[in-house]
Amino acid sequence: MTAEAVQTQQPLLRVRDLKIRIQMDNGVMNAVDGVDFEIRKGKTLGLVGESGCGKSLTSRALLSINPKECETSGTVAYLSSSEPGAAGKPLNLLSLDPNGRQIRSIRGRKIAMIFQEPMTAFSPMYTIGNQITEAILIHRTRNKKEAKKIALEMLSKVGISDQEKRFDQYPHEFSGGMRQRAMISMALSCNPELLIADEPTTALDVTIQAQVLELMKTLQQEFGMAILLVTHDLGIIAEMCDEVAVMYLGKIVEQAPVKEIFHNPKHPYTKGLLRSMPRLGGNKSKRLDSIEGAVPIPVNMPPMCGFYERCKDRMEGICNAQSVPATQISGSHTVRCFLYSDQHGGE
Amino acid sequence: MAKPILEVKNLNKDFKVKSRKALFAKPNAVRVLQDISFQLREGETLSIVGESGCGKTTLGRCIVRGMSASSGEVLYRTEEGVAVDFLKLKGTESKRFRKDIQMIFQDPYSSLSPRMSVFDIISEPLIANFKLSKSEVEEKVSAIAEKTGLNVSYLKRYPHAFSGGQRQRIAIARALITQPRLIVCDEAVSALDVSIQAQIINLLKDLQEQFKITYIFISHDLSIVENISDRVAVMHLGRVVELAAVDSMFKQPGHPYTEALLSAVPQPDPDLKKTRIILEGEVPNPANPPSGCHFHPRCAYKTERCIKEVPALREVGDHHFAACHYADELTLRGARNEQGTGDGQ
Ligand SMILES: Nc1ncnc2c1ncn2[C@@H]1O[C@H](COP(=O)(O)OP(=O)(O)OP(=O)(O)O)[C@@H](O)[C@H]1O
Ligand SMILES: Nc1ncnc2c1ncn2[C@@H]1O[C@H](COP(=O)(O)OP(=O)(O)OP(=O)(O)O)[C@@H](O)[C@H]1O
Ligand code: SF4
Ligand SMILES: [Mg+2]
Ligand SMILES: [Mg+2]
Repeated sequence: MTAEAVQTQQPLLRVRDLKIRIQMDNGVMNAVDGVDFEIRKGKTLGLVGESGCGKSLTSRALLSINPKECETSGTVAYLSSSEPGAAGKPLNLLSLDPNGRQIRSIRGRKIAMIFQEPMTAFSPMYTIGNQITEAILIHRTRNKKEAKKIALEMLSKVGISDQEKRFDQYPHEFSGGMRQRAMISMALSCNPELLIADEPTTALDVTIQAQVLELMKTLQQEFGMAILLVTHDLGIIAEMCDEVAVMYLGKIVEQAPVKEIFHNPKHPYTKGLLRSMPRLGGNKSKRLDSIEGAVPIPVNMPPMCGFYERCKDRMEGICNAQSVPATQISGSHTVRCFLYSDQHGGE
Repeated sequence: MAKPILEVKNLNKDFKVKSRKALFAKPNAVRVLQDISFQLREGETLSIVGESGCGKTTLGRCIVRGMSASSGEVLYRTEEGVAVDFLKLKGTESKRFRKDIQMIFQDPYSSLSPRMSVFDIISEPLIANFKLSKSEVEEKVSAIAEKTGLNVSYLKRYPHAFSGGQRQRIAIARALITQPRLIVCDEAVSALDVSIQAQIINLLKDLQEQFKITYIFISHDLSIVENISDRVAVMHLGRVVELAAVDSMFKQPGHPYTEALLSAVPQPDPDLKKTRIILEGEVPNPANPPSGCHFHPRCAYKTERCIKEVPALREVGDHHFAACHYADELTLRGARNEQGTGDGQ
């Protein structure tokens, strides 16, 4: 896909200046610090980044399901034809009452979420089948028989055999990967417009992972489903995504079409990430590359580049003296790093 | 050669599964581990890979005694060289070995107590097993937190205030803090980004070199398995279907299932044309396994014989075991070498 084609696609969700602050003993943590991105209909945006950089907080914020202590601001414009906002303006999901009717009718039905930890999605008290059917009954059909049929079909699509028997089992009787697949089938059972998938295949072996990713692609082609895919697996990014956003310490530090990210990475963190990637075939016993140093806590941080302490290319007096503006490298490639801001006429 | 530390012999595990239908009111026993045997030497890393639901976690739990096996032996050799059969130990007797053997659980969300601070979670096994002063405990916790990339000033908080990958590292820190002799790592680095993953893998290897720790490393990430393992066991539907040194297996697998696994690894290159073998058909349920070779419904090489006869795990090369009737005849494809032959075209 060319950069222009990416640009002209209609966005389904437009996130602007998303911020999440959490009160700590020693100050306010800026866990998500001014994030902008767009998710386009029928396309997949990948979100990668250091553990703890704010990916899950960001994805949960889109549906207003973070815990209370997460103070959220910004806009999440939902540009679906089926959910118009007032007076021709797009609907801002953050402006809705998080427990209100409207957001609840969007959650699960229009925008579905696959959680990073499957046990958060299931209650231990009810059978898996019961919980998936419940979701279908709320959103898709009133007919119990039909709901069960859809549930069984979805379970089979994610590679769970003997669905009739599995249907009546409890979450603890499933293996880790089976729970994850059950959650995926629950999320996909209502044909959402947007799927938010937070590390959806971490517990799956590669053959089943391939099958589940294939299923997501099929639904995307059939129904034009958009996907926000949070993953640390760069192989999955390469295979699934149209565009990639790289996050570090609460900010998106680089964003570009997938081939750009792999072939022409700009940000020192992105480069480090690509270098750390273990590859199959001949990496036996060698020490794996990792990025030196630890991530700071974004509490009481002066305006500066969050990657400064670990960056080999840092420029003292510049990178640690002000916050880093986003620089446009090309039509669809932006980066937040001073190495590029001068060359390209940034301030 | 290093001395043996663990021997698993003919291990079986059944689960009783109740069906809610009146028709099947009596619980059925479902066999999820079938005749598992292997040996581990001190300081070795054995990886266990295999399809979701094939019994990896169950095997790990049976070894650390989080769950009792139905039959077989789990022989542990203490530092003094005494062999103890874990399955024969009564309740409190096993306490003595708890500090020697740790497990990092697959799902940190449910394995970390939500009502304990992270400091207490990490220090608990230390306090339970050693007599240490408060400051010694603090010192050890800080040291391990730093090594696992956790911020020391965060540790007063409760698990819910951490990200998925941070919780996973809390579980790792807790397992490492007593310096156990054997650790079962169940998808222990699956939620970590590649850089922190590399840091943790390097840490595990350093500790192994220093203290001769033995690892059973359950993972579906084959590039990490390739990096960390001495040997690999491939499981399929409750059985070990291939067991070999990692180089030997990845170069020339002896079982068609292993071939499929190696070919399905997603390649971190958006230009690469896929040459994945996508397995057709469903993963069978252990409650209702196929006849003959359990892999036959999805195997590209199956014959009549495979449908009828269960293949035994046998030696097909130097210390290379496989359970396929045709392991000697088939030439199966190993892991692609990235700089390799350009077969990605
Ligand atoms: N409820 C909370 N209270 C306090 N801090 C929190 C809370 N939830 C998240 N955090 C902190 O906010 C940061 C971002 O968390 P988040 O879960 O979004 O990370 P992530 O990018 O998804 O990481 P991972 O890849 O490890 O899952 C982390 O440092 C985490 O400790
Ligand atoms: N408590 C239980 N009761 C009944 N069946 C169970 C129980 N725990 C596990 N099982 C079944 O045992 C089989 C093996 O499960 P196990 O968790 O060991 O798989 P696994 O190889 O770890 O899979 P994954 O890679 O998905 O984590 C599965 O079919 C599962 O449904
Ligand atoms: S802004 Fe400076 S410190 Fe930050 S990544 Fe770029 S060069 Fe490194
Ligand atoms: Mg997360
Ligand atoms: Mg498991």
